Amino acid sequence: MLLSFFQWCEGSGVGEAIRASTWLFPVIESLHLLGLAVIGGAILIVDLRLMGFGLRRQPVRQVAEYAQPWLIGSLIVMLASGSLLFTSEAIKCYYHDAFWMKMSSLSLAILFTFTVRRRVTRAPEDRIGPGWSRTVALVSLALWSGVGIGGRWIGFS
Amino acid sequence: MSLLAFCEWLANTPASIALHESTWAYPVIESVHVLTLCLFLGTAVMLDLRLVGIAMQKVPVSEIYERLLPWTIAGFAVMVISGALLFYGIPVRTYQNIFFRVKVVLLLLAGLNALVFHSTVYRKIAEWDREPVPPRRARISGALSLLFWTCIVIAGRMIAYNWFDKPA
Repeated sequence: MLLSFFQWCEGSGVGEAIRASTWLFPVIESLHLLGLAVIGGAILIVDLRLMGFGLRRQPVRQVAEYAQPWLIGSLIVMLASGSLLFTSEAIKCYYHDAFWMKMSSLSLAILFTFTVRRRVTRAPEDRIGPGWSRTVALVSLALWSGVGIGGRWIGFS
Repeated sequence: MSLLAFCEWLANTPASIALHESTWAYPVIESVHVLTLCLFLGTAVMLDLRLVGIAMQKVPVSEIYERLLPWTIAGFAVMVISGALLFYGIPVRTYQNIFFRVKVVLLLLAGLNALVFHSTVYRKIAEWDREPVPPRRARISGALSLLFWTCIVIAGRMIAYNWFDKPA
């Protein structure tokens, strides 16, 4: 069932066009990397702040608000460019552990970022203990690192 | 000794051969190089966006500079070390790769841009620290930095491809 969906992706016109072109894959991949830098920055400045580093003269809530549009924007770029890259080699991904590791981390990271982490960054600061803030930041960093490492590892086969 | 001869000499050092033939070391260093983009370029981009006047407008520029730049510099150190090792593992081919050469030139331009910013506009930071949109010269520095680093990332990625390599 799942495999046939992956096969359909790989056989689609988009997948074929990307495979047929010399430039398309590297260009989309570069876009994916540029998105990586921005999403990395948007996540890091908030997690660093939660741990008491970086922009600690600003309230957590404020830093999270500043980062939000860049996080959403870069996430959209990442999902769009990532889907295109996936389409061109869907069957390889299906049989690659790194791909499944990346997708699991990604689902958890998105879920965590937009539920727990969002609530913690928006809560009044005297209600959230430093230990709790630090834990949330570390979980966020661990999940997003999993996405990055898994992603890089898809390229090694 | 020409640069090429130097690269050939590098390529024949035992450590370079070991790195080149390693199963794990090379991919691990490559992964470190790519993922440190988040730390290095992620924080640099935030600073540049502030300079351009489109992010964190209420935070004084000097505060972002002081609080984020140590992280940018730490990330940069990792980038330089891992990047040098990647070069050291494959010196001759990398040296002859057009994208590598473009990347080196762009790195120098990005460095020059940072130096000019630091020794001119940033000296008068007190005058514009709290401006939501910094003066024109600071905005140009920020925009140039974003442009150079964008091109550096693209050129860096393309080094892996051999479209323009001379056949051995």
